[in-house]
Amino acid sequence: MTAKLVLENLKHKPMRSLLSVFLIAIPVTLILCLVGLSQGMLADSARRARGIGADIVIRPPKTSMLTLSGAPIPEKVVDAIRQKPHVALAMGMIVHPITSVTFVSGVDLSRFNQMSGGFKYLEGGPFRGPDDMIVDEYYAQQHKLHAGDQVTDILNRPWHVSGIAEGGKFAHVSVPMRTLQDLTGNTAKVSQIFVKVDNPANIPAVMAELKAPDFLPDYNIYTMEEFTSLLTVENVGGLSTFIHVMVGIGVVIGFAVVLLSMYMAVLQRTREIGILKALGASRWFILKIILAEAVVMGLGGTVVGIGLSFAARALILALYPASLTQAITPDWWPIAGAISLAGALLGALYPGLSAAAQDPIEALAYE
Amino acid sequence: MSEPLIEIRALTKVYRVGKVDVSALRGVDLDVPPGEFLAIVGPSGSGKSTLFHIIGGLTPATGGAVRIGGQDISALTDAGRTELRKNKVGFVFQKFNLLPNLTAADNIAIARHIAGRGQTPEPEFEEVLKLLGVSERLNHRPAALSGGEQQRVAIARAIVNHPAILLADEPTGNLDSENSTAVLDVMRDLNRRLGQTILMITHNPEAAAFAHRTVRMRDGRIVG
Repeated sequence: MTAKLVLENLKHKPMRSLLSVFLIAIPVTLILCLVGLSQGMLADSARRARGIGADIVIRPPKTSMLTLSGAPIPEKVVDAIRQKPHVALAMGMIVHPITSVTFVSGVDLSRFNQMSGGFKYLEGGPFRGPDDMIVDEYYAQQHKLHAGDQVTDILNRPWHVSGIAEGGKFAHVSVPMRTLQDLTGNTAKVSQIFVKVDNPANIPAVMAELKAPDFLPDYNIYTMEEFTSLLTVENVGGLSTFIHVMVGIGVVIGFAVVLLSMYMAVLQRTREIGILKALGASRWFILKIILAEAVVMGLGGTVVGIGLSFAARALILALYPASLTQAITPDWWPIAGAISLAGALLGALYPGLSAAAQDPIEALAYE
Repeated sequence: MSEPLIEIRALTKVYRVGKVDVSALRGVDLDVPPGEFLAIVGPSGSGKSTLFHIIGGLTPATGGAVRIGGQDISALTDAGRTELRKNKVGFVFQKFNLLPNLTAADNIAIARHIAGRGQTPEPEFEEVLKLLGVSERLNHRPAALSGGEQQRVAIARAIVNHPAILLADEPTGNLDSENSTAVLDVMRDLNRRLGQTILMITHNPEAAAFAHRTVRMRDGRIVG
């Protein structure tokens, strides 16, 4: 009977109930999108890094997991690595950011092809000149590019799109390494080095060689497995804190929405609360009804919020396939649900307690 | 003569309105035997509703004693008065006061639910619903019922838990004469057939005539 009363109360003011559910859904969507973007982009970075086909990644000292600043590694280091035993291939690469989430990479195409198996071209083909550019299918889709097109918004110069390649091989945008080195004032320098070992069984031996005190002791050297496993939310500076802040904001929004909604509902239902009290309803009975309504709205908000996170993913995929990758994170659904329920229950507590404490005579006289 | 069901002695009630104390009841003495249909009449502000609110456990008394079935209710806590409303009294109001979101049947069921008696009334209650003339209207919400029907559903709700006392505050105040007569007939029937003790506040002498006895109130006292 309590459930029926709660349901009928929610149905009685459908707009208020739907609006509350929708407003509770917003922080749920926000949290799921944020976590989904964090995890999705990191997973995408890992996938693209693996696409190079290297066994070992060498990054300059004091670099973060996600970004590289400049190209501080002299190319002669790459040559020295090639001399090490069991090293089948070593390839330097220079990367330069073009937006906060996208970068252009300068590649030595012949070595890149040897290591990764080469680009699979959907349109056009490899570089034919120093101003050529290969973009992946996602970047091409986002920027509506085709082979043969001119691009002028990267490094303030004209580029010729020589090919559109399948995604998944490191950068979304690749240009000849020498061109990018010269353009960014990093002639004969690279940002990071990828190494392929003759036999996976030799990876530990090569790692030890590279890390030797007389070779590259200060460099960050990872196996590809280590490198991709380090691409997590916890390892990206400030991201965990940012997510925690957003979760806190989610609780506050849920709290405020339900507080206002239930406060209005309690005011509108003052007389009904008086009737229930006249029938012998206890304070707990009244409080229970208000809290139950908040729980239903909180659950509804969670479900709608999860649905909206799918919609946001589809929208991001359609508009920014190269810049943003949002993962669907079912492991966060119960967390987002708990957050919205906590906000809803907190928000309903004050209106519920004030309803429970109402004087029945005054409540019955309320017009 | 049987023991009174309601025994009121030197009952007082003082309300605080801002910084002023207002005496609503100034020493009421009243005995009501079980099965009586009692009308209470008096001008506005005479204390009729306050007397009802105290007997019904909606507000505590300031002084004096009120015993219902031997139990002194004047010293009850808020929780104790909640129990009283749940089990011993049923209210009928001038404005019907049905829950607008629920059907007539659910309005009756929720009273049972609150009293912890399950939702479905006993089979015998079907007879009461027939007597009240609402059996065919139970699946309608209050907005779809006439005033008379709403008040008869409110009566059904008030007595579904078999309260010792039915308190009716101006039950015909919002009804036309035809519906008023129907409601008063029903109340008299309930009193006769079920022995339901009824206290009814009214301004209407014709309504008061349905009762066994009428007491008059003025300025917080019973005057006749």
